Amino acid sequence: MSCHDFRTMLIRLHAQFIKELLCILRDPRNRVVVFVPPLLQLLIFSYAATLEVRNVDIAVYNQDTGREAQEFVWHLEAARFIAQVHHVHSNTALREQLAQGKVIAAITLPADFSRSIAISGSGHVQVLIDGRRSNSGQIVMGYLSSIARDIRFTADTLPVPETSIAVRHWFNPDLDYLWFIVPGLTGTLAFFSALMITALSIARERELGTFDQLLVSPASTLEIVLSKSLPALVISTLLAFLMIAMAIWFFRIPFTGAFGLLLIGLVLFVLSAVGIGLVISAISMTQQQAILGGFVIGVPTVLISGFATPVENMPVLLQWLAQAIPLTHFLIIIEGCFLKALPPRDILDHLWPLAIIALAALPMAMIFARNRLQ
Amino acid sequence: MHAAASPPAATSEQDAAIVIDRVDKFFGNVHALRSLSAKIDYSRLTGLAGPDGAGKTTLMRILTGLLAPDAGCVTLAGFDVVKDNDAIHVASGYMPQRFGLYEDLTVMENMRLYAQLRGMDTGQHADLFARLLDFTRLAPFTSRLAGKLSGGMKQKLGLACALMARPRVLLLDEPGVGVDPVSRQDLWRMVQALTGEGMAVVWSTAYLDEAERCDSVLLLNEGRLVFDGPPSELTGRLKNRSFRLEAAGAQRRAILAEALDLESVGDGVIQGAGIRIVLRADAEMEQIQALASRVGASLTPVPARFEDAFIDLLGGGPGGTSALAEHLPPVELPSDIAVSCRNLTKRFGDFVATDNVSFEVRKGEIFGLLGPNGAGKSTTFKMLCGLLKPTSGEAHVAGLDLRRAPGAAKAQLGYMAQKFSLYGLLSVHQNLEFSAGVYGLDSATRRKRIEEMIRIFDLHDWLSAAPDSLPLGHKQRLALACALMHHPPVLFLDEPTSGVDPVTRREFWTHINGLARKGVTIMVTTHFMDEAEYCDRVAMLYRARLIALDTPDALKRGAASTDRPDPAMEDAFIHLVETSALADEVKAGA
Amino acid sequence: MKDAYARENSVTVRRFDPARFTALVRKESLQAMRDPSTLLIALVLPLILLFLFAYAVSLDVRHVRIGVVLESSGAVAQTLADAFSGTRYLDVTFAHDRREVAGKLISGELRGYVVIPQDFERHFANTGKPLVQIITDGSQPNTADFVANYAQGVVQNWTASLSGSIPVPAIQPEPRYWFNPELASRRALVPGAIAIIMTIIGTLLTALVVAREWERGTMEAILSTPASVLEILTGKLLPYFALGMLSTLIAAALAVFLFDVPLRGSLCALLVLSAVFMMPALGQGLLISSLARNQFLASQLALFSGYLPAFMLSGFLFEIDAMPAPVRAITWLIPARYFVSSLKTVFLAGDIWGVFIPDLLGMAMIGLMFFLIAQRYTRKNLE
Repeated sequence: MSCHDFRTMLIRLHAQFIKELLCILRDPRNRVVVFVPPLLQLLIFSYAATLEVRNVDIAVYNQDTGREAQEFVWHLEAARFIAQVHHVHSNTALREQLAQGKVIAAITLPADFSRSIAISGSGHVQVLIDGRRSNSGQIVMGYLSSIARDIRFTADTLPVPETSIAVRHWFNPDLDYLWFIVPGLTGTLAFFSALMITALSIARERELGTFDQLLVSPASTLEIVLSKSLPALVISTLLAFLMIAMAIWFFRIPFTGAFGLLLIGLVLFVLSAVGIGLVISAISMTQQQAILGGFVIGVPTVLISGFATPVENMPVLLQWLAQAIPLTHFLIIIEGCFLKALPPRDILDHLWPLAIIALAALPMAMIFARNRLQ
Repeated sequence: MHAAASPPAATSEQDAAIVIDRVDKFFGNVHALRSLSAKIDYSRLTGLAGPDGAGKTTLMRILTGLLAPDAGCVTLAGFDVVKDNDAIHVASGYMPQRFGLYEDLTVMENMRLYAQLRGMDTGQHADLFARLLDFTRLAPFTSRLAGKLSGGMKQKLGLACALMARPRVLLLDEPGVGVDPVSRQDLWRMVQALTGEGMAVVWSTAYLDEAERCDSVLLLNEGRLVFDGPPSELTGRLKNRSFRLEAAGAQRRAILAEALDLESVGDGVIQGAGIRIVLRADAEMEQIQALASRVGASLTPVPARFEDAFIDLLGGGPGGTSALAEHLPPVELPSDIAVSCRNLTKRFGDFVATDNVSFEVRKGEIFGLLGPNGAGKSTTFKMLCGLLKPTSGEAHVAGLDLRRAPGAAKAQLGYMAQKFSLYGLLSVHQNLEFSAGVYGLDSATRRKRIEEMIRIFDLHDWLSAAPDSLPLGHKQRLALACALMHHPPVLFLDEPTSGVDPVTRREFWTHINGLARKGVTIMVTTHFMDEAEYCDRVAMLYRARLIALDTPDALKRGAASTDRPDPAMEDAFIHLVETSALADEVKAGA
Repeated sequence: MKDAYARENSVTVRRFDPARFTALVRKESLQAMRDPSTLLIALVLPLILLFLFAYAVSLDVRHVRIGVVLESSGAVAQTLADAFSGTRYLDVTFAHDRREVAGKLISGELRGYVVIPQDFERHFANTGKPLVQIITDGSQPNTADFVANYAQGVVQNWTASLSGSIPVPAIQPEPRYWFNPELASRRALVPGAIAIIMTIIGTLLTALVVAREWERGTMEAILSTPASVLEILTGKLLPYFALGMLSTLIAAALAVFLFDVPLRGSLCALLVLSAVFMMPALGQGLLISSLARNQFLASQLALFSGYLPAFMLSGFLFEIDAMPAPVRAITWLIPARYFVSSLKTVFLAGDIWGVFIPDLLGMAMIGLMFFLIAQRYTRKNLE
């Protein structure tokens, strides 16, 4: 390729790039839709996505009149994770409260509770937990056990043996859930943004008839595919930037890693999402198919990526599949860069899979776009 | 005839199917209809004509009760379109511009849907369906998806759907767009049969040869009714003002340009080797006679056409000089052949869309590709400009093989798609910027060319507007500007004036004629036979094969017979198709 | 011809005509069935989602990789280390230097490690207390919490087994998990998957098909027939309603027969709940399409107002009670939250109408609100 050819190619690419960008951003409604909802979602979902348990109600059926029973109830009422303790006076009422989902746990203190403590130093309480909320239920049970463990009624009860176990949570000493969820959401929202913008790009031109106009121009398929990836790359990277800025300055999440490496990771990640989006777009005949295709690919991808639940909890087959998903790798990079000061070698381990996915998807999009020309 | 119908209107209105009484309609600041009054009768075909933006579609939508007028009232079959909105939908059938067909339903399913929506019970279906299918000649295609039908078949199916439950008033919004002459003839036959049965049919159109065939015409311009009556009444005003310059030959484009710039000439078009001229009202013949004798052409009076009258009523057509062509440098090509194809064939599975087509197009020629819907015209056209890969055979543009050097070949061609295909999300200026850039012009050239195009096409006031908000004429100018930004030696036009009114069409052809004179080669597909007359040579495709390739005049001569000594281009088209179909049948029989 | 005219006059214009309605429904169903993307969404996506919710999205920690750093060479320390390797939920890597495992914690290969220091034996001999340090990867708070608690438990049990006497706390809670004794989180998640599928069908698909009708100009043709707006809109929605219900049934069957989720309530209750949930879901789709007739906008709006809130704010994955008050207030507007609550009950608990009725009312109210707004906008569009 001569120097002149290369220059005209750059001019063509530039023109197409501007066109794509304007197609997405010229309409003020689109501009709002591209940037505002993801940022709002980050704000709302970051607070919503928590596996901690707070503000739950529990029910207590206290059949005992003894001091020990009363003291236990007081402890419950003082517990921080409990919003309200409902006192009920029959087993039926207790079960009903639980069944109707009004409380997450229902505690029965038997009539001989105090007497049993007085005689044997230990009393039993029955705790019914709502298994519909299995995860929260387990956590509530853990909290209740520790309340029970820490109560001392008399000096002569056997002391629970002390241990000298020191627990330290690295990277996130208070186990603040926000620190985990905000970087993860950033990746997920950027992924959806890039996927949807590109999924529509070829399909829209095909539906509106401008794709032919593009194909009769000297622009090659490579140029068309490249020019369609660049604007989405720019927009979604910018969006991710805004979200990272929010994470640092609004959510006050410590950023400990190398920003430059995160940036490289981000670009590669968005590029691979763009590649997947373009493949969907090249296959689809209509915009509707492109959108639904985006969903069918996007939703499972996010689920397998480990955004909501850890990859290591999954069956081995899915763990392998997760390795082929760009979001899986990017989540490790972004969370590592925020909290763990992830060293370059570890980042590199996750950069090359991203590069491979991007490099595989873009030619595939080209092949599909070309095949549709017959 | 109408005794059975007893709408709640006064008997004096009985004879009028539609009464429009001082109707006004505004869209924001735009005054779309201005105090319009008219009557439309039963048993007649009424044409609704006018340039783009005259208010035709607005009026149609008011008649169907989809829009309410801001002032005045309209009654259809005795029902007020606003107050008795539901009754309107029963009494009228409406075929919108975009067919209103569900492309993923079959022919039969579409018909059944509209039948049921119009409250027909299933018992009556069989009999009526058979009649409609027979009437539309769609019977062999009942299980085909509507999206897979050709343009003409879609229109016929649309008509069949609008005819369900026998409306008393049938409203057709531009049914002739994108329909080849054979299908159009079918449409006419169907509509005439309907009016014969007492139905009132309103046919809105931008094609004035269609309007001329109506019993009565309502001519709109800028929201006003400028004429109401039989077309002959309007053409009658133009007595002795239409002429034909015979044997203008190779110079006809230059002569036309010169003639149009004459003060006394109101309108002119190319017809094969000749030129058709319409003088302005009360104009003297001196100027045109002088021109005729200077170029050695004979001047003969011809009967006036409705289109002549229409252009005259609007104050004459545009001038003959194309500022665009004046700015273009003459085209230089290494060879005299600009476009060629040899044994071009395209198969889709078992179906052969283009079968062994070969021809050569000379530099500076205007070359037309004609054929009925589905004859393989588009497929051939698409292979020539690189949108489709041929199954076998080869195509060259400006001496470059489209397969071996697609990039270089594509840089030599300009392309204007059907419906213009502009980027609706980009402004006018951004569209210009894009097409300059996508053809790789450097920034200095880009700036110069864009400036030039804006000046030539008078786009200054629209630069930041969205293309869809442009008047049709400006939209077409923009599309042409985009296609010519890189000064291509070959220009491909795919049904460039489909649905475009005569004034805009003339302006467009003035530019095209100018371009051809500069040596630009023009490849054009069209359904519009007046447009075929502009071509130097016409290739006729039928059933994937090239059945004729000659000048328009020679094709017309070939169709001449004793009952029709002077056939029109449309007759030639139908003649060619029929002879070829007959030959196929003979071959199949043998 | 005369008979035709006479027949036409006998047609009285009705606001709602069953024949026209049936025709519209049939048309829409044919269109839906011919588009491969519809079937993909209605049949394939539920299968994928259920599979993933059953196997991939699991909050049940199974194999957490941790390290045990044995810096002490004593025999007692070795028994504690052995105690870790014998557990069900931990995959233990042994090391003798904490630097070996620290890097693995950073790279994510390990989620935590336990250090048994050099002076462990001396300290234990002196005080009887095990000196142990537990380090977790706090970047995954849920796993970190689990690692810390579980490791502490291992050490405590080990201590107790050495001293021979298991200490008895004053209060012994005896937990019983109702409705889900095995505590399989998939049982709680699968009903959520149904809610998400129904949201996609009801909201996204509906928004797209109505927008398409405007785009292709077929809406105009239909409006010029005697069919009323009510017929057109309900005729459009009914097939997607049916598709949503069909999808629910398929998903429920898969859940019960393939993924081992019990259906303790009645099928009838499940159908009633799903049917009522389709109201707000379809209403939202209709509203979106009447606000945005361009498919890009419609899909983005459906994504951000329908699908993602159903995923994040419906309470099927994340506990609503734990959200801050403003976010909790928003969840009241998310129809999926009512649906998820009732779905979990109908699958795992049974027909508890005390749960269903408020949820049904909530969904119906939101649905009504969506329809009223959509109706206002659709009317405007006709002008």
